[in-house]
Amino acid sequence: MSAVLEINPTQEVAGAPAIAASLKEASVKFGAFTAIDRLSIDIEEGAFYTILGPSGCGKSTMLRLVSDLIPAASGEVSIFGKPTEEARIAREFAFVFQDAALLPWRTALQNVELPLEIGRKRGIKLPVSDKTPTELLELVGLKGRENALPSELSGGMRQRVAIARALVCQPKLLLMDEPFGALDEMTRDHLNLQLLKIWKETGVTVLFVTHSIPEAVFLGQKVMMLQAHPGRLREIVDIDLPEDRTIELRDTQEFTKYSAYLRKILETC
Amino acid sequence: MALASTNSAEQVDIDIEARRVERRKKMYAAALPIGTAIALIVIWQLGVRLFDVPTYIAPAPSDVAYTFVDKFPILMVNFWPTFYESILGFLFGNFFAIVIAIAFVHSKNVEKAFFPIAVFINTIPILAIAPILVLIFGPGLTAKVVIAALICFFPTLVNMVRGLQAVSPQSLELARILSASKSEIFWKIRLPSSLPFLFSALRIAATTCVIGAIVGEWVGADLGLGALIIDSTFNFNSPLLYATVFMSSGLSVCLFAAVAIAERLIIRW
Ligand SMILES: Nc1ncnc2c1ncn2[C@@H]1O[C@H](COP(=O)(O)OP(=O)(O)O)[C@@H](O)[C@H]1O
Ligand SMILES: [Mg+2]
Repeated sequence: MSAVLEINPTQEVAGAPAIAASLKEASVKFGAFTAIDRLSIDIEEGAFYTILGPSGCGKSTMLRLVSDLIPAASGEVSIFGKPTEEARIAREFAFVFQDAALLPWRTALQNVELPLEIGRKRGIKLPVSDKTPTELLELVGLKGRENALPSELSGGMRQRVAIARALVCQPKLLLMDEPFGALDEMTRDHLNLQLLKIWKETGVTVLFVTHSIPEAVFLGQKVMMLQAHPGRLREIVDIDLPEDRTIELRDTQEFTKYSAYLRKILETC
Repeated sequence: MALASTNSAEQVDIDIEARRVERRKKMYAAALPIGTAIALIVIWQLGVRLFDVPTYIAPAPSDVAYTFVDKFPILMVNFWPTFYESILGFLFGNFFAIVIAIAFVHSKNVEKAFFPIAVFINTIPILAIAPILVLIFGPGLTAKVVIAALICFFPTLVNMVRGLQAVSPQSLELARILSASKSEIFWKIRLPSSLPFLFSALRIAATTCVIGAIVGEWVGADLGLGALIIDSTFNFNSPLLYATVFMSSGLSVCLFAAVAIAERLIIRW
């Protein structure tokens, strides 16, 4: 498989894409337990990364590290060259959780508006998407459900609201932790296509954790394979599939080849 | 196509039938306790008349009803003080409970310092502390309000603390990603999510505050439903006693209903 390569973060190529996020020898510890061990990677701006790895290998921890939810024990993490805290305050990234984490007393629209309300009274200037919250709900296919409460929406719809909410401050980096993990196959396929459309339209850089190999191959331009005990970067696999991805792509030979290859390395992680 | 339409027509029939069954069930559920109550009253009436029970031991329901109408002005004169004492006690007791709950959640040290005291106050039987409060505050309105407030205080405090802490960890992570301030987290997340807990405490308080006011009046008052209960008991005026008791429970029911309606209007999720 020629598409496989090891990224060397110190290697600077002229005309190379800008770096959205960069981890340099970053480690995360929970007490004496090392969840992530000296992880180094440069996330290219505008790319779609999917992250695979055995359960408990530190995928969530890595996203939480990048999003400044947990500190690095050692090493450095930066987003667009800035410390993660600064990027967080400037709303340069957004996070989509596995369960949509909507506020149940707010309607779909009010949930999407939440990020705009936070910090407004304190006079903090925030980046704002050129789309209004209503348009963002339309973008994720929820036109007409603006006034529905989360309890009135299905799991897939709630996750769409969460995606619209993530986009409302025009993030440059979108972190998604198994966002479709709890959804049925059909809904997941549909949301995958929609996410790819949004990614193309907005040019946002995506880091997408999943435990599904087909999902990782289908969405990703690059698949990051992590290994467990301790959490390390095992390999980055470039997915050389056509830009315009359709569901039928899954039945092609190349697709199956990538899946089989990833399954093989996953078994040894 | 034809098959589909017959199917959906059948579906509609089934839906209507299901709704009809549902409605019948609901009516039955309401009719059963009302019917039982009426039957018990009839048995009571017949029993008192058949066995010639003296009125001062047990008045017949018809005597009570007659007194209720006949003495309605006196009942109302005594109703209002109890009403004000209950309402004021409800407002003050719950207000302080909410404020102290917020302080507890804000600072662990405040909680450690004051929670044992709150528990201690809660263990004092209200009947035991009522005379002390009447001695301190005199025979006027204040003592009754304090007693009613005291009886509301503890359940609301405990529930409110639980409610404020019942925020999902993901909501808090979302708040952190949005760099929300402590007060934004409080107003936008903690407080709304505590409301269901608060209202279940307020429903308890709606009935206990009336108990507090009446107990206060027993200890020392010239006016009020509690005073009227004592008075009619000592005068062997059973019909008036029963009518007063009926009035007191009517007050509790009204306050409870008011809280339930407010809850319905505020908590829509
Ligand atoms: N808050 C925490 N405290 C202690 N250990 C943790 C914590 N969060 C995660 N871990 C541990 O770190 C490892 C990686 O967890 P995680 O990143 O959630 O894995 P996954 O790849 O399944 O998302 C696991 O072994 C987990 O038990
Ligand atoms: Mg995880």
